[in-house]
Amino acid sequence: MQISFDLIIASLIDGLLLGFVYGIAAMGLTLIWGVMNVINLAHGPIIALGMFSLYFIFDLFGLNPYVALLLVAILGLLLGVLIYFVAVHRVIDAPHLSTLLATFSINMIIIGLGTAAFSASPRNVDFSLGSLSLGPVTLLGTRLVAAVLAVAVTGGLYLFLYRTRPGRYIRAVANNRDAAELMGVPSAQILALSFGLGTMLAAIAGGLIATFFPFTILAGGVYELKSFVIGVLGGLGNPVGALLGGLILGMLEGIIPAFMPTTWVPVLEFLLFVLILLVRPQGLFGARK
Amino acid sequence: MSTVRKYLGLIVTIGVLLMLVAWPAITGKDITRETTFTILLSVALASSLNILLGYTGYVSFGHVVFFGLGGYVGFYLMSAQGMSLWISMLAGGVSAGVLAFLLGKAILRLRGGYFALATIGINEAMRAFINNFEPFGGPTGMTLNFSVYRDYGGAGQALWLSYYVLAALTFIVLIVSYLVRTSKFGLGLLAIREDEDAAEVMGVNAPNVKTWAYVLSAIIPGMLGVLFFFKNGSIEPAPAFRLHFSIEMIVMVMLGGQGTVLGPILGAYGYQSLRGFLLTSPIFKDIQLAVAGVLLLVIVLFVPAGVVGWLRQRVPVLRRALQ
Amino acid sequence: MKRTTLFLIFGYLLFALIFVACSSSGGDEEAATDTGSSDTAAESADSGGGNQTIVIGFTASQTGSQNVSSTRQVNGLNLWMSELNAAGGIALSDGTKVTFEAVTYDDESNTDRVQELYTRLATEDNADFLISPYSSGLTAASAVIAEQYGKVMITTGAASDETYKQGLTTIYQAYTPASRYLTGAIDLMATLDADITKVAFVYENDKFSTDVVDAALAYAEEKGYEVVLHEGYNSDTTDFGPFINKIQDAGPDAILGGGHFQDGSTFARQLSEKNIDVDFFALLVAPPEPDFADLGDAALGVIGPSQWEPLAAFTPDSAAAAGLEWFGPLGEEFVSAYEAAYDGEEPSYHSAGGYAAGLILQQAIIAADSTDPEAVGAALDAMDLLTFFGHIKFDTTAEAHGLQIGHSMVYIQWQEGADGLAKQVVWPAEGATAETLFPLP
Repeated sequence: MQISFDLIIASLIDGLLLGFVYGIAAMGLTLIWGVMNVINLAHGPIIALGMFSLYFIFDLFGLNPYVALLLVAILGLLLGVLIYFVAVHRVIDAPHLSTLLATFSINMIIIGLGTAAFSASPRNVDFSLGSLSLGPVTLLGTRLVAAVLAVAVTGGLYLFLYRTRPGRYIRAVANNRDAAELMGVPSAQILALSFGLGTMLAAIAGGLIATFFPFTILAGGVYELKSFVIGVLGGLGNPVGALLGGLILGMLEGIIPAFMPTTWVPVLEFLLFVLILLVRPQGLFGARK
Repeated sequence: MSTVRKYLGLIVTIGVLLMLVAWPAITGKDITRETTFTILLSVALASSLNILLGYTGYVSFGHVVFFGLGGYVGFYLMSAQGMSLWISMLAGGVSAGVLAFLLGKAILRLRGGYFALATIGINEAMRAFINNFEPFGGPTGMTLNFSVYRDYGGAGQALWLSYYVLAALTFIVLIVSYLVRTSKFGLGLLAIREDEDAAEVMGVNAPNVKTWAYVLSAIIPGMLGVLFFFKNGSIEPAPAFRLHFSIEMIVMVMLGGQGTVLGPILGAYGYQSLRGFLLTSPIFKDIQLAVAGVLLLVIVLFVPAGVVGWLRQRVPVLRRALQ
Repeated sequence: MKRTTLFLIFGYLLFALIFVACSSSGGDEEAATDTGSSDTAAESADSGGGNQTIVIGFTASQTGSQNVSSTRQVNGLNLWMSELNAAGGIALSDGTKVTFEAVTYDDESNTDRVQELYTRLATEDNADFLISPYSSGLTAASAVIAEQYGKVMITTGAASDETYKQGLTTIYQAYTPASRYLTGAIDLMATLDADITKVAFVYENDKFSTDVVDAALAYAEEKGYEVVLHEGYNSDTTDFGPFINKIQDAGPDAILGGGHFQDGSTFARQLSEKNIDVDFFALLVAPPEPDFADLGDAALGVIGPSQWEPLAAFTPDSAAAAGLEWFGPLGEEFVSAYEAAYDGEEPSYHSAGGYAAGLILQQAIIAADSTDPEAVGAALDAMDLLTFFGHIKFDTTAEAHGLQIGHSMVYIQWQEGADGLAKQVVWPAEGATAETLFPLP
């Protein structure tokens, strides 16, 4: 197949815009990992809950989706704190298997209740910001806004982690929890807050995705797997790396299909994922230990 | 007497399993056979996984990849090459073992969560690959002609045959599992679980020992894959590499008690009966997944050693009987 | 420490309780019996004598990804059953009155337990006849069991041809098979404009859609079309950007493909958002669903093959004209009964398929004048019937026994109606209710 320049540019830009949102989702996963070494297997369902919350707030109260997103973020934060105290706190120092299964049980609970309440039928947030055509490229308003918001959220997170007291505590606990406790940092609260921030980011990503893709209660699974890949690309525990990893993944997803059947994308994605785990487990951008 | 005492753990385990296996044969009812088939399949898969997970502490989240790959290789030989179930099962087991050997050399270097993530990645990559692999039918998968069952005395006979083969495989897994646990090799594995670095200092060749544990835990799932899809009559990528199935295996091992021989049997039995109950119960059937999730959470939080582990801790008298 | 012990005990009690509950019941007896039929069972017991209650077994996807379509299918089947039971059932010539009862389990949209559940239906619940689960994959697994116990199974919601070519003898397909799903759209395209030459196939990478597209692709090439793009997408795809970019690059006149509801409607939506200009656009499964109209402008002009449409006018007259026997209610009777039974929900073709599966069985029992499986099987083999669902006739050759050869698809298109978007039948020409909107706006 003749590969045209137009095709590559259009694919690249599409991929990049999505990459920002993938980055936010992965940032949630990687933050939790970085602070407490927990892989949150409830990540996907929380993304799906973010989608549903935005959908219901938009549909029932007619709020602008981006205002609704603020509420979604708050709900995400509270949910995360709740999950932390119910499921994670007790096993935080147990072997990995315990936290994996504890978060997985939350996954089952959310999916189980969600299917009973919403069924598996697809939902759609009926919202559009029009589109912008530049030569071969058609940009959708909702995706542009999502990308901008993703950058803003990353900036906000960065400021929070480096400029506020709780943020500094989080970094201290991530570096060395025992030392931080000795210094008087209330580690349980800080861990809960970190978990909440992680789920908040997942919920925001879900909300943003809901503005342009349809979804079901099961839809989070795909983004959870993508988050794993991105997290490893950017280095687990490295929020800024997650954003860059998201952009790389988005780009790959845009570009690879121009050269080969799209169904090969996941094969390459996951092979790359395993390869990076083996060769550079600290990620492409060399995170802190 | 002393021999009995020495092998009490094995005797109890085999006894429990025999009761399970004999039940359908005694009643002769097809439905008992089907229910027991589901349970035995879980027992065999959970026990296989336990060889890696329970003894070395390495959490293979994508263990279903061996079930799927073995199933695919065997199914291909049966449907496209007209080979017998026996040769196909052997081929399924071997291919799963080879994959585990190659993978083991690479990814068993990773510790903790990193290893778990890598196994998920491998399962997903394999599924996506099979989806694109035309000789195996790509997305449409493959089907067996119904006449194949005639070679095994008709479909009814073939279903009973599958059941007995499964029972035999389950016994093999348990004996292997017991032998590993009581051998020096197993001691090395347990040492790795407690502290891998210390184990190496003590002279355990950790990379080798881990790899062989991985291979042992992969062969039987590969054979089971062939058997399951032979009985099923068709194979497709999504059911063959279902990540959720992998996680269920882990849950069963946890429920019964990881690192014990008896645990996975009880865990698989408990899990499958629970699921069967929830699925058909008028109260719980809509939220069966959520109820199962709550139970899992309770177990993880409060009984992390599983049924057998808990009993061993609380009732020392039972230690010898419950391996 | 004391608290830990307490928690332990609590957790264990809970676990033990469930454990005991399970092993005592063995998960055996709790079949969810259809509520409408329990009173008929009692009735038949009361009157005694020549009454017979026939048990129909099937699994439904109450949870999992196929939950929506499967539920509609089951609704259709249950409607048939409750109507028939309310009318007193089937009267056989020896005076026996046959009524029906359903036994059903949740298959979770997974193949894992389908065989176990169908064995349970066949042996424990003594189902006399079986209906398939929803989707080709689950049906293939259940068919092995049905065949083994010699139970007649009517399949609905299972279009793949493959299952019927494996030497099975008791399985009968109500749907038009996958191989003839999209070929009509290509015939339609040929009548519209001879200038269309370039066709793109973009479809879901699963068993059903691949079977459909493989057959349609061969047919299109045979008709002299140039296939400029032929690509599958994964079932969970939500971003069609890469495909749309490729479509833009290949510049086809027509796009055919799709898969199931979610991916199909997403594809249509994103294609419209990106202002892709094609003349002809046909998708599998999604367009005939009433919810497709939610897409608004993106739905306008989209064509879809449907197993059945409320508009499709099969009547006793058309049966007489074709020299076929007519059986069952009229299309509009079915629609109004269905809406009355399910809170005004509009029936989709899955619902009609479920109802039709029951109707086929009913007619076979009447024709056989018996509920003996072999007699009913023979009646199904001989069946050549027109119903509101369409023409029903099964292949009786050894190679493809039970494959549906009578029924064919109707093709609908979303067009501007008096009050918003409305579906119109545009093919086959003899059943069309409107001119095809062409080229697409």
